Amino acid sequence: MRRRPSLVVLVHAAALCLALAALAHTLRHGLDEPAAALALGLLVVAGELSRRPGDGASREPAPLGAAGALAYALLGQNTGEPTRHGVLQTVAVVAVAALAGALPRLVARRGPAVHGSVPGHPARGRDSLADHLARRVLAVALAALCFRLLYHRGAVPEWHGPSYVPLLAGLLLLTAVCDAVLGALLVRVRTGWPLGPLLRDGLRALLGVGSAVCATGVVMSVAVAVAGLWALPVFSLPLLLAQLSFRRYATVRTIYRQTIASLARATEIAGYTPPGHARRVAVLSLAVGRELGLTEPELTVLEYAALMHDIGQLSLVDPVPAGATAALPAAQQRRIALLGGAVVRQTGVDAEVAVVVERQAEPYREQPVGARIVRAVNAYEEHARDAGPDGPLRAVERLRRGTARDYQPEIVESLARVLARGREAADGCHG
Amino acid sequence: MRSVPAWARVYIACAVLAALSCLAALPDVRVTWWAVGLLAALYAGCEQITRCPFLGHRAPEGMSTFFPVLLAGAFLLPPPAAALVAVPGALISRVEQRPRWPRRLWRAALLAVAVWAASRVHGALGGRDAVAGPDFPYALLPAGAAALVFCTVLTALDGGIAVLAERVPARHAWRGLFARRLAPVTVHGLAGLMMAVLWRSPYGPAAALLVLLPMYVSCWVFAQYHRERAAHQATIRALVQAVDIKDGYTRGHSERVGQASVMIARELGMTDERVELVRFAGILHDVGKLGVPTRLLRKDGPLTPEERRIVELHPEYGHEMVRGIGFLGEARSAILHHHERLDGSGYPYGLAGDRIPEPARIVAVADAFDAMTSTRSYRRARPVAAALAELGRCAGTQFDPVMVGALVRALERHGWHPVVTADGHGPRGNVPPRSVPLRAETGS
Repeated sequence: MRRRPSLVVLVHAAALCLALAALAHTLRHGLDEPAAALALGLLVVAGELSRRPGDGASREPAPLGAAGALAYALLGQNTGEPTRHGVLQTVAVVAVAALAGALPRLVARRGPAVHGSVPGHPARGRDSLADHLARRVLAVALAALCFRLLYHRGAVPEWHGPSYVPLLAGLLLLTAVCDAVLGALLVRVRTGWPLGPLLRDGLRALLGVGSAVCATGVVMSVAVAVAGLWALPVFSLPLLLAQLSFRRYATVRTIYRQTIASLARATEIAGYTPPGHARRVAVLSLAVGRELGLTEPELTVLEYAALMHDIGQLSLVDPVPAGATAALPAAQQRRIALLGGAVVRQTGVDAEVAVVVERQAEPYREQPVGARIVRAVNAYEEHARDAGPDGPLRAVERLRRGTARDYQPEIVESLARVLARGREAADGCHG
Repeated sequence: MRSVPAWARVYIACAVLAALSCLAALPDVRVTWWAVGLLAALYAGCEQITRCPFLGHRAPEGMSTFFPVLLAGAFLLPPPAAALVAVPGALISRVEQRPRWPRRLWRAALLAVAVWAASRVHGALGGRDAVAGPDFPYALLPAGAAALVFCTVLTALDGGIAVLAERVPARHAWRGLFARRLAPVTVHGLAGLMMAVLWRSPYGPAAALLVLLPMYVSCWVFAQYHRERAAHQATIRALVQAVDIKDGYTRGHSERVGQASVMIARELGMTDERVELVRFAGILHDVGKLGVPTRLLRKDGPLTPEERRIVELHPEYGHEMVRGIGFLGEARSAILHHHERLDGSGYPYGLAGDRIPEPARIVAVADAFDAMTSTRSYRRARPVAAALAELGRCAGTQFDPVMVGALVRALERHGWHPVVTADGHGPRGNVPPRSVPLRAETGS
């Protein structure tokens, strides 16, 4: 078992205490307006049940669940009647509903999660589920608290007029930003990836799904205020459909990634490159790319290109000894790279991937950043793999000597940092 | 305009006249003009927004139809005013194919008539009061009826233009069109109802606008899913083409084996899901040849025993390659066992009879069938009948008679129309043509 960083423990403990306190309070004082609580609770359960698999790092995995929870936090009126449920009841209902919706996943997650063939996700299985639940509870508590404070103080003279909607939207925006920051922090302390790019990706995701979630939360709470609980099924249908297409999208992305990895393995099975080479280069390239603060789309391009960087060797009649292209003359390296680019162009992946593969053999000043990373990491992998215990250090030294022309110095240093972190983690495990 | 057939022009002119007659009553009704203007501008904006990049990705083309605004108009406004809402947006909408202006005109007329009809039905059922109330659940009835009418009118008119302008046979023009449209129109109708209710509420149009955001994101995700799927299919094809590059004579072979395997599987009454797996098994059956040296695959003349042993490793190589592709499931066993023979003398494991997985027995028959009916460097193609006779002769020893029988029946019923011609430029089954820009979207 990995030791959890203290921030993670703190966040989980805070969410748990809050949920337990809210539950105790609600049990003691009874449920105000049980119909609304039940309806929105069911919505959250449905949303969590149909949540999409995969990464919970930056994107909201269960938009419908989030929207239902936020709508309950912002529910000021039901068919014109003011509601009475407080912050604690909101938190209790949402926590119970989210947990109920997550139960099937908790039960199913006995074994290790098999997820594609390429790692790179910060938190898996139980960890990601616990993070998700904790974030949900804290976000709802924040939204409900702000809302109730405004609502009871009568901060806006004319409640329930046109200005109400922008106010709610602003409140949810605040909540969403706080939630995104918390999510980025959690990933940061788990993985040590730089915070800036993580924050940027989290905030970018807010623009897409996040905005839809906030808008739905506002619309649902306002619609319930006008039309009663009937508004919920009417309006949750579109978002449920969105969530289902999200799931299908995630599934097809997974099998797509697996297929690319298979294509990459073709060179290994054909005996052109050693087993696992493409995968190792992909993992290391991703780590370096993250260190350098690439965006998510850039990382995907980098990953696919790293997986397929040797594919050009398939077109050779005679294999290169041990697939070690870094030791070949520059002209031949370039020829193999161009052949590879031609194969990659056939595959329907982003044309940028083909560009990275094609230009992996050029001097770094003429390369796009993805190709620089793949070139350096590939050379490191080839030098380090059979060179004994101090192979990695000597390989990095060799790259440092090549920084005048072949490898970008910043990338080599970033690679060295990634490797050092990997060694520390390994030592931590043994010690 | 020259490329539009005469009858289609007459048809469009009729539709425009009908739309104008819908709008003719405008002076007689009391209209809140700012609402009409706002909704029309909103609809036009929704039509335009598909031109703008969203989050770094271009919005997909299929999203140009944005009905919630139109239906909200139908629920809020009197019929002529509701019809007017659709016109400006349709006239400036993005049209990919030429001729552009007849298409835009047609679209404006079509939407105006459909919205008018929907609004008429909604009003007749007392929907206006139900929206203003709001009176739930009664409000759902007029809204549902209006969505149904909207969908019906769209389908009826669209089928007509398909027959007249695109020359689609009348039998096919309407087939499945209504069923395909009904579900999205219903969802858009619900969103439109929500917009209308909020518009009339004290919270005003601002709340109604927020309804559009989730709808937009929902459509966008759906389109992304389709793009990613297309990219995946292209990747599968790339795997197959990589085999083709190595193995000179099998150009198009893999896809044809996939096609023949599907015919057999359908004949056996397999579920759609299994048929799809069998298709992948057929397409990918030789993928392991990537691991066999090119020299051996292209060698003229007989192979030595040693060379033969190496070539016969390809089912195991293929199985190893696709091991990581989760969805293939049963298809992986077909890749491993497609050279087994019913009498147990095949490779790699020498399985016999029912021990050979069913998909593998299908692919074996399809593989042999295509090998015989396609031209190879060392001999000409045999006619289909001769190939079937040969398969029948080997049924029971090499091939499963059930599969051979199924292939014979399927070919009697549908004939043999290989989707990929020998030079590899034909249409490729359900794999999209290369002209469609395939991009691996990464989401955000």
